[in-house]
Formats: sequence, C-alpha cells, structure tokens
Amino acid sequence: MALPEVPATTATIQREPAHAGDASPWRAPQLSLRFWPVFLRNLLVWRKLAIPSLVGNIAEPLMWLVAFGYGLGALVGQVTVQTSGGPVLVPYILFLASGSICMSAMNAASFEALYSAFSRMHVQKTWDGIMNAPVRLDDIVLAEMLWASFKAVFTATAILGVMLALGISHSPKLLLAWPVLLVAGVTFSCIALIFNALAKGYDFFTYYFTLFLTPMMFLSGIFFPREQLPPLLRAITDWLPLTSAVELVRPLFMDQWPSHGWRALAVLLVYAVAAFWIALALTRKRFRA
Amino acid sequence: MSLAQPATDLLKVSGLCKRFGANTVVDDLAFAIAPGECLGVIGPNGAGKTTTIRMCLGLSAPDGGQIDYALKPGEVLHMPRDAMAIKARLGVVSQIDTLDPDFSCEENLLVYGRYFGLRDAQIRARIPALLQFASLSHKASARPGELSGGMKRRLSLARALVNDPQLLLLDEPTTGLDPQARHLMWERLQVLLQQGKSILLTTHFMDEAERLCSRLLVIDHGRKIAEGRPRDLIAQHLEPEVVEVYGMGATALQEGPVAALAARVEVSGETVFFYTHAAQPLLHALAQTPALRTLHRPANLEDLFLKLTGRQIREDG
Repeated sequence: MALPEVPATTATIQREPAHAGDASPWRAPQLSLRFWPVFLRNLLVWRKLAIPSLVGNIAEPLMWLVAFGYGLGALVGQVTVQTSGGPVLVPYILFLASGSICMSAMNAASFEALYSAFSRMHVQKTWDGIMNAPVRLDDIVLAEMLWASFKAVFTATAILGVMLALGISHSPKLLLAWPVLLVAGVTFSCIALIFNALAKGYDFFTYYFTLFLTPMMFLSGIFFPREQLPPLLRAITDWLPLTSAVELVRPLFMDQWPSHGWRALAVLLVYAVAAFWIALALTRKRFRA
Repeated sequence: MSLAQPATDLLKVSGLCKRFGANTVVDDLAFAIAPGECLGVIGPNGAGKTTTIRMCLGLSAPDGGQIDYALKPGEVLHMPRDAMAIKARLGVVSQIDTLDPDFSCEENLLVYGRYFGLRDAQIRARIPALLQFASLSHKASARPGELSGGMKRRLSLARALVNDPQLLLLDEPTTGLDPQARHLMWERLQVLLQQGKSILLTTHFMDEAERLCSRLLVIDHGRKIAEGRPRDLIAQHLEPEVVEVYGMGATALQEGPVAALAARVEVSGETVFFYTHAAQPLLHALAQTPALRTLHRPANLEDLFLKLTGRQIREDG
C-alpha cells in the first residue's frame, strides 16, 4: 500500500504544560482553529438528520405560540412593554412570540450541549477519538459550544420564518434579533456545558431542566410581564440570562430599541465567558481523571 | 558508503511517574522504541499500561520523567509540551472503538483525516488504499453498526493510518475479537512492520505478544519487571519444559516424591505445573498413576507472565 507523503503541519507549535503540577484545570482556555473540523463533523452528522430534527425543534414552540398566543391572547388583550422610547402597548401574541423565540433558542442550545454533547463525549467516546489526533480538549469544547449555538440560531431562524409568515411582526429590526439570539445561544450553550462536564448520565440533565431552565422560563418575562412579580423576586430576575435575551429581542420585534440594551448584552456575555471558563475547567478535570 | 546516521529511538521514555492521590500507578518507567521495532507492553489489569499510553499521548500529564519523540530526523519533541506536533505524526488505536456510528467507513476516514489538518482532496485520494488495507473496500458505504467486531477494529486501524504515521500506539488492538479476526489483524500489523513502521502495543494475549513483538516490556504495579526479546525472556526466567498435571490426586503431587524430579512446582486450582530441564523421568513417574492426565509442552510466554506477575486474580481484574 503506497500512501502519499503527508506534509508537515504548518500550524505553529503551541506548547502544553509539561507536568501535572503545572496544569491547573483553571488555566486560561487554549483555543485554536483546530475546533473547525470538529464543528464540521457535527454539521455532517446533522445534515443527515436535519429534517426530522427541524420538525422537532420548531413544532413544539409553534404549538405553544398558537395555543397561548391566539387562545390566551384573546383573553389578555394588550400588554405594556418598556422600551427606550417609554412604555408601549402590544398584542399578547407579539409579546409571547418575542419571548418564546428566546426560550426556543435556549432550549435548542441546552438540548444540544447536554444530551447530544454527552452522547459524543461519554457514550460514543467521540471526543476520545478526536483527542488521539492533534486536537485539544479546549478546541473540542469550543466546537461543541459553537455547534450548540448554531443549532439555537438555526431553530430560532426557522421559527422566525414562521412568525414572519404568520404576520406576527414585520419589524426590520428583526435582522438585529438574529445576532442577539446567537449570543443567547452561546450563553446557554456555555452554561449547559458546565452540567455536561458534571454529568454521570442523562438523568442528571432532568435536574438542570426542571430546577433551572423551567423556573427561569417563568421568571424571565416570556409568558407575562415581570412587573407582575414581587419586587424582590423581580430584582433577582433582572440578572437572569434569559431575562436579558428577552429584554433585547422583544423591543426589536416591536420595531423599537431596548431600554437597557448594552447592559443586557453585557449580562449575556459575562455569563457566557464565565460559564465557558467553568465548563472548560470541569471538562478538563473530567478528562484528566 | 552509507551516510545513514545511527538510528535514534522514535520514542524514548525515562523516569516516568504517575500518581493518583497516594496511589503510584506508574513508577520510574523507562523504555524506548527503535525504528521498525514492535515493542509489546504486557502486564496484568491495573499494571499501568493504559496510563502509560495515555501519558505518551499527552492525555494525562506525568508527575515526573521524560517522554521524547524523534519522529522527524533531527527534531526531538517532548510530550506533553509538544503534544499537537507529536500527535500529527502518530497513529493511535485505543482500547475502545471510537468510530462515528453515524458515518460510513469512508466518512469516518474523511472526518478523521480533517482532524490532522489534511485537505479533503488529499484524504479522499487515500481512502481507497486505506479501505483496501483494512479489507473493507466492499464496506465503504456501511456504517460501523453494520460491521463485525473485527471489521470495526480494522477500520480503527485504517483510521489511525490516515496521516501516514511512522509510529503506531495500539492499546489492546485485538481484545474481544474471535480467532479469525485476530489472525487477520495480526497479519495486517505484520504488513505494517514490513513497511518499516514501528508499533507500541499493549496486550493481554501472550500468543499475540510472541508473534508480533520484537521486544517485550513486562510491567506490574507500574514498574518494569522484565524487558527483552520473547524467546530470551523465556530462556532467562524459566526452565525449558513444562508438565501440566490434572485429575484425581494431582494436587497431592506437589508434596510427594514426584515433585523432587522437577526444578520448580506451581499449583493453580486443580492443576499442578512442573517446570523442568528434563521431563522424561518426571513423565515416567507420572505414568505410574493412570488417573492423572498430563500435558508436556515447552515453556511459553504465558508461563513467564504468570511467574513474574503471580497467579492470583487481581482485585480490579
């Protein structure tokens, strides 16, 4: 068997810690473009299953939207939303649609970074195989994070398309909602990867969903305005990542500007960076066993 | 006149140590692999084989010692510091198959080649030869779930060759395979050795070690307890002949006069092993008791392994 000569790797040599003692799992992330073939790998698998996965990703949120938006919306009527230009009254369906698209992005990112990433990491040992090639764990975690974010954006885009078709919003500012949903996807992927790193099995993720994501769904102003919450609880919910995503996306649906846009964006980014760092440290610990 | 330089070791490990808490799993281990060599690492479960391989791959950081690779002339790289540059030139088959279940054999090779920074066209050009090497040309579009255990292992081996490495690290490459699949795997590994590739291999199978390995490293409790060519090790540590005795009253023989005819006696369960330099008097004496069944054979690696590491079952084994 004659194989052609493989060219020497052109990438610059990045040095690793030499001894166990030097290698704190909390050291800075060591990221490189080597994440790309890992991202491509996930894309190639997904391409084979895209249609059924798309149906699953958008059918449920749309059912919620139609049932609650039109059904409950008829009872609720209009809701007041704070924007940079002061309070604005909007139909309930618009209020709900703009919140639930954030929820869908959150769920899509979380599912991918928990169940799917765990399958690849723990069940199929795909990560172990990749690490026998010149790819760092850090790059794999980065690839998984970006992949889950991509899934979130893809899901949100599909739902956005249906919302446009239903005529829920025609705001030109929706183009800006799209990068915001990407940032939200990144944030929730990073948080989910922390739990992925800690998981012993799939059952563990049920805690994350029921104890963390579901309460956040109800406290972040998706289904009803946070003004309804008791003051203390409301003050706490100001700092939830999902609240920030909703406060950014909702005004854009209404062709308005968010009232504390930069603060909300900063909250999402701080969560993302901190969570990625923690997720990476815990994943490094898991793999150094 | 040849200008060839004296061959340097592709991999040289010295003073390697790894501790998990108070437990030392690799203890001052040293070994080297010369070009074209197949080095077998044998030892009971928990002896430190896999930890050693993981350290050689930079997946686990050593607590002490040196791991040097010389995979390109004139360039010595250190693990784990230069892990990425080293792994670009290594081939690895791990104990557990990590093939992608959602991809066909072809796609598995393509996707894995990308991890090495190879271009798609480059990888695609190699895939037919890799599949042919793995005797999987007819399964190019099959997914791993449709393959037998032996086919999966061969696909893993083909995948490890995608970057045309000079040195292969194989962790128990034939564990769990049936004899036909093992023989085919051995034959493929022999082909690689004939091509001049070098192999580091861990195994539990002494016939595998004897067949493939030019040199063996026996480790236990993380320490090297013997090293050398298989035949030399047997000659060095064992009497050349063995008589195994089982049947009614076999175990009583270890105390009796027959035992005096052997150089050494070992008992395992209901079987007595007589190690000797001349088996004839012993066989003659044993023939007096027809109820006993005997097996007379030359001493082999398995005897060596059991002598060096003991017959008792390991707790984690």
